[in-house]
Amino acid sequence: MKSYTKSIPLIVTLLACAFLLVPIIQSVLAGLTVNYFRGLSSGLTLKWVGEVWTLYSGSIFLSIWLALSCLAVTLVLGVPAAYALARNPGRASRILEEFISLPLAIPGLALALALLQLYGTYQGFRTSWVFILVGHVLYTLPFMVRSVLSVLAAIDLKTLEESAASLGAGPARRFIDIVVPNALPGILAGALTVVTLSIGEFNLTWMLHTPLLKTLPVGLADSYASMRLEIASAYTLVFFVMIVPLLMAMQWASARAQRIMQ
Amino acid sequence: MTLSLTNIAKTFPGGTKALLPTDLDIAKGEIVSLLGPSGCGKSTLLRIIAGLEVPDPGARIVFDGEDVTQQPVESRKMGMVFQSYALFPNMSVRGNIGYGLKMQNMPKPEIAARVDEVIALCRLEPYADRAVTKLSGGQRQRVALARAMAPRPRVLLLDEPLSALDAALRSQLRDELAMLLRQFGITAIFVTHDQDEAMAIADRVAVMSQGEVAQIGSPEALYRNPATGFVARFVGDAMPLEGQIEAGRLRLPGGMLDLPESAVGKEVLVRAEDIRIDPDGPVTARVETVTFLGTHYRIALAGVGPELLFALHSGLSAPKPGEHVRLSIQPEALIILPKTVAA
Amino acid sequence: MKQHQFLLICLLPLGVFTLAFLAIPLGRLILASGEGDAGWAIYLQILQTPRYLDTLMQTVVVSLAVTAAALAISTTAGLFLARNRFFGRNALLSILTLPLAFPGVVVGFMIILLGGRQGLVNQLMPGHVIFAYSVFGLFLGYLYFSIPRVLLTVMAAAEKIDPALEEAARTLGAPPHRIVIDVLLPALAPALIAAGAIAFATAMGAFGTAFTLATDIDVLPMVIYTEFTLSANIAMASALSVVLGLVTWVMLLIARSLSGDTVAVGG
Repeated sequence: MKSYTKSIPLIVTLLACAFLLVPIIQSVLAGLTVNYFRGLSSGLTLKWVGEVWTLYSGSIFLSIWLALSCLAVTLVLGVPAAYALARNPGRASRILEEFISLPLAIPGLALALALLQLYGTYQGFRTSWVFILVGHVLYTLPFMVRSVLSVLAAIDLKTLEESAASLGAGPARRFIDIVVPNALPGILAGALTVVTLSIGEFNLTWMLHTPLLKTLPVGLADSYASMRLEIASAYTLVFFVMIVPLLMAMQWASARAQRIMQ
Repeated sequence: MTLSLTNIAKTFPGGTKALLPTDLDIAKGEIVSLLGPSGCGKSTLLRIIAGLEVPDPGARIVFDGEDVTQQPVESRKMGMVFQSYALFPNMSVRGNIGYGLKMQNMPKPEIAARVDEVIALCRLEPYADRAVTKLSGGQRQRVALARAMAPRPRVLLLDEPLSALDAALRSQLRDELAMLLRQFGITAIFVTHDQDEAMAIADRVAVMSQGEVAQIGSPEALYRNPATGFVARFVGDAMPLEGQIEAGRLRLPGGMLDLPESAVGKEVLVRAEDIRIDPDGPVTARVETVTFLGTHYRIALAGVGPELLFALHSGLSAPKPGEHVRLSIQPEALIILPKTVAA
Repeated sequence: MKQHQFLLICLLPLGVFTLAFLAIPLGRLILASGEGDAGWAIYLQILQTPRYLDTLMQTVVVSLAVTAAALAISTTAGLFLARNRFFGRNALLSILTLPLAFPGVVVGFMIILLGGRQGLVNQLMPGHVIFAYSVFGLFLGYLYFSIPRVLLTVMAAAEKIDPALEEAARTLGAPPHRIVIDVLLPALAPALIAAGAIAFATAMGAFGTAFTLATDIDVLPMVIYTEFTLSANIAMASALSVVLGLVTWVMLLIARSLSGDTVAVGG
């Protein structure tokens, strides 16, 4: 009985891993083998990946561009705001933090609808990549703010600033010399999170995109619907290759920021 | 006069009066200590001088004739050492020490020279290139001091500079701090709750209680001539003696004690080192306990005052518990003060 | 410049952005829901129209089922991984948390690979076994992205449990399975509720997965999508969005108050 009960959790864990892993392996294989049905015995090839590149390189570049722009915007909006929130840990700050976290709590669909209602008629804005960028920033900004805020809240920011002030540093100097350098672990973790999430964002982007502005996930949906399995798999493989290192870097950076805070 | 404080008070929102209107003048090169228990207002006063708190309207802070009351902390040119040291973790030791000079826009070579000078004076050479997070408590304290002094501020403010250290380190650094301050000839104000620290380092001590200065004077003056019961009890230990006053003498349960002056309507206090075990003494007492403390014995005596009285007795031997002894106290050593409620 | 002026400047860019792109649009959305023919009674209409009510019910049922399954699987796996160190543990953990970054469309594709016409199961089993486009497929898809989310929450809480509690139970003679039931699960209860709320909210709001699987089953996000894009029924789409948004927001608020962290809605 004892070994039976001990092995149940292990079996469950292994089954769950298999459930999650098997289709990933399938997808990788399908994207790299000549013939999906004959499997590995038909040989490996990069021709599917090549076709993906021909069809979808635009969307891949757009996703990268959006992710980097999103990073830049969230840095400018989020880091100073996190500092202001860290210096004012009152109720108003918590409410603000809750409010900017709304895009995490309500489905991307609803948010996109809201944006379309209000700005859909401004054609120039509506059809530009900036419109999609706005959606991405809405979704990723809370992560940047939280990440920086948690690091700043863990150090005695007030006394550090007071001592810098006693040495003659004004508010702007203190921000550059004291606040930002000490917030770096949080900024790094936040940055990796923002980029990872932006590349993978679909729900908002699908509603906001136009035929000329397709991001990587939008392209994926496209390929799942209309392309053959091998191409869809190859495209998914490209996505994995981009996202897995980012995800690992993001987890490493977050764990590091946690350790530094302790 | 270098620093002149007039009518400094602080009332926090909610009505708490942390500091009652206080005046203080500090001469150039003087070291003054603000001494008192927690909540007495000493840190508030220090922070107001620094510019980190805003005093109630009507206050004036004047440095060398310049009214800085409205100036923010960044432009007051004072050095401050914080209780937690607040060293910048993102800068090296040299970076920390040079920061104030950087804010003064001093050219880099000059900053480097000045930083080296201060490092030598504070004996920080072995640690000069270490990361700030790898320093011990004592080393951090020295760096915090060096950082505050490097820009040659007009006043140095220290907020409980030694309280974050363990006892042994504290007394060693206490002497070092005193020496450094005098070497630089710097005007300094430091806050502490430790009377030994205050007495060892300061030229003058301001004893504070409940938002106001109870007495200000040299350590010796405070010790020998306390102005209030609170000061007498806080600076050194003073124990009360109670009894009937008869013709200029105090009747104690164990005998009669000569008084130096009229004590009618006043309280009489005595310090432990002034109670002598004297076979010819006028007062008898019973020994309760005897504690050997190395340099002297601490003898608890019953039957003299309302509570146990402690006497410090040096010598190679001491009476035993249970023994009856005779005591004498020089009249001049007695402290006669108006009756006050102990603070 | 004074400190508080500087702080206001620090908040200004974020404030303007949030106002322009979050606060006002959401306000507009709420208003838009009331601009249809029925006005604000549209919310009652949702409850009265069988189509919407059925959709709502189906979405809730699927979400509850996924929540229960994810809790069972991830708690078992989470406790196991948190309390045991063995060769390959980190690899298993990485595999189980990898799908966090997958958008819903990719998850849908994963299910198609397993259970579609050319899927693995159809190839391995005799006969014609295609489940990807059924409710079961949808359920599996939601399960795919819920397992990692619940796992992370459970493991974080499991690591915080005082080991002395278990040691005390052992000294009192409790066998392993009793320790799980009497000590570990109760200690994890707040985290489990939080994780369940997260899983439920995520499943309710999932769009990409349902979109890719294009099942016959309508879930609420798909209905909102079709109302907006195909029927141009702005008021109804807005009203449904507001309802969906409220439900997921409240669920996540509950989760936050119990576990203190936020995991985002995705899928």
